[in-house]
Amino acid sequence: MTMRTITFQQAINEALAQEMGRDETVVLFGEDVVGGSGAPGEDDAWGGVLGITKGLYGQYPSRVLDTPISESAFIGAAAGAAASGLRPVVELMFVDFMGVCLDQIFNQAGKFRYMFGGKAVTPMVVRTMFGAGIRAASQHSQALYPVFTHFPGLKVVVPSTPYDAKGLLTQAIRDDDPVIFLEHKVLYTLEGDVPEEPYAIPFGEAEIVREGDDVTVVALGRMVHLAAQAAASLDGVEVELIDPRTTSPLDLETIVESVENTGRLVVVDEANPRCGLAADIIAQVTAEAFDSLKAAPRMVTPPHTPVPFSPVLEDAYVPSPDKIAEAIRATTGSPAPA
Amino acid sequence: MTAVAAPTLSKEQLLDAYRVMRTIREFEERLHREFATGEIPGFVHLYAGEEAIAAGIIGQLNHDDYVASTHRGHGHAIAKGCDVVGMMAEIYGKKTGICHGKGGSMHIADLDQGMLGANGIVGGGPPLVCGVGLTAKVKGTQQVGVSFTGDGGSNQGTFLEALNLASAWHLPCIFVVENNGYAEATSSAFHQAGVDVAKRADGFGMPGVVVDGFDFFAVHEVAGEAIARARSGGGPTLIECKVGRYYGHFEGDQQTYRAPNEVEDLRRQRDCLDAFARRVTGAGLLEQADLDAIDASVAELIDRSVVEAKAAPDPTPDDVLTDVYVSY
Repeated sequence: MTMRTITFQQAINEALAQEMGRDETVVLFGEDVVGGSGAPGEDDAWGGVLGITKGLYGQYPSRVLDTPISESAFIGAAAGAAASGLRPVVELMFVDFMGVCLDQIFNQAGKFRYMFGGKAVTPMVVRTMFGAGIRAASQHSQALYPVFTHFPGLKVVVPSTPYDAKGLLTQAIRDDDPVIFLEHKVLYTLEGDVPEEPYAIPFGEAEIVREGDDVTVVALGRMVHLAAQAAASLDGVEVELIDPRTTSPLDLETIVESVENTGRLVVVDEANPRCGLAADIIAQVTAEAFDSLKAAPRMVTPPHTPVPFSPVLEDAYVPSPDKIAEAIRATTGSPAPA
Repeated sequence: MTAVAAPTLSKEQLLDAYRVMRTIREFEERLHREFATGEIPGFVHLYAGEEAIAAGIIGQLNHDDYVASTHRGHGHAIAKGCDVVGMMAEIYGKKTGICHGKGGSMHIADLDQGMLGANGIVGGGPPLVCGVGLTAKVKGTQQVGVSFTGDGGSNQGTFLEALNLASAWHLPCIFVVENNGYAEATSSAFHQAGVDVAKRADGFGMPGVVVDGFDFFAVHEVAGEAIARARSGGGPTLIECKVGRYYGHFEGDQQTYRAPNEVEDLRRQRDCLDAFARRVTGAGLLEQADLDAIDASVAELIDRSVVEAKAAPDPTPDDVLTDVYVSY
């Protein structure tokens, strides 16, 4: 493997390019994924609203398509294309837009296989950007992966590093089930070591980001990095930080094993607190490892409000390293620093 | 909506068309009777009265073309070649059903036959066939995708968005609206702005045609043109079939919103099977004996399908866990 340092965004672009080169049934479409179709200026002017798909149209002009702003139609088209022989990777620009196309995702694509008695294969990927932190306000900032995780039939991926982004997206494209691939918008510029060659990371395998014996901290997406900062800031508390990487399937086994060792659990989740991932993971771990728990599990989430706009408000909304550290100290019974 | 001139179908094609229509009719009439006994679980929406549309359009499709249907989907499934015995078992919720009892009436599907499923979501199908059209275009095949919606579904955003996408991407798709006059219990005279759904095609830059949905030959002709246009790269077509249903929105619907003699009049004056039989025997294309022979064999098939469905094993409770994912 030839390692070099690239960004999260470049890792995604590279996975798309490599899989489109490997398999000519892989097609890519969404709003402005070419960016400029039919317009008098440059072809491929945007390459996605943030440039994530830039250059792919030049390499594969017949398989990268701009769409009307019409998510129901084009995400439904992805389901129909997947059921009839393509491997579409479709871009839902912001996950917040799921409200206008959710039927196509959960009632159609996600249920074909079950409703049709195991005959349907629907290999589609919905790539979508999520998360707070760039002052994008209530309708462009949510962390809605628990909603998708709720639906059987869907697989849900939330990468936190460039390495994982490439390997998990490669797996998503090769996977025969519908996959929702959620990219935290704050992570796009994050750099990391990524092999040049294609590789796939299996779903349902958590990454142990750091090892420790005092408390298990589970975090996803951008929260992995904030939790790592919190863990590094704590003296005398050895944190085991686990990134599940996929919420469906969820590697509960790794989390439970860790909690059986540490006896303490903190889950950091950027999603809304009610019916979110933190609540789900805590419920499952408690059922599996109740006797190992030395303290009540804690969750660190935003408040149960929409994502606010003003920088002061948004910074107060998102779980911070300080809040995470506070929850870790509380569960270990460590005093707050003077 | 005038009757078209002498049909150019071969004797074999005419026999096939009649067999499909008769099979759908017998299937639905029998389900109506069996549902009343309480033995069939869930919701059933019957297609009786609208058979000429399924036979006239789907009968011209190839095996590798795809159809996305509606909650009223039995007719489309039969016309696309789904196994009738397996369909009946599915509606009875049996393990031998074509979806192993996981789908039921509203999700009857068989992708091996190009049947993308009946659909419990009104307006669920049109976006799906845009995907079929994209597959055909990217792979360079001659396949077409045909979606069905009712007049009710024609007001869904999915339908209108799909028309636009198919036209913008120039896809080999056909959008069929089976306008039976009712969105559930609400009349199309109330819910549908504008007289013809087909006119909405103009706004999306595609041909829109109104056709008498009781007339097999009229439907066959406009469908033939639309299919040829799609296969030759001419893009999508919207076909609105004016038709009527013989039963309620669902079985159990008392239909008190309809005129007292409405269904009786439809059956007496507009029945697609009667009209077909009169045309083909009057023109000397088929003998009454040909039709009688089909009637007899269809009656035997439907009877057998019910006997087998009733005798078939239920799924086992463990089956609830299978076929959620290809792998997990």
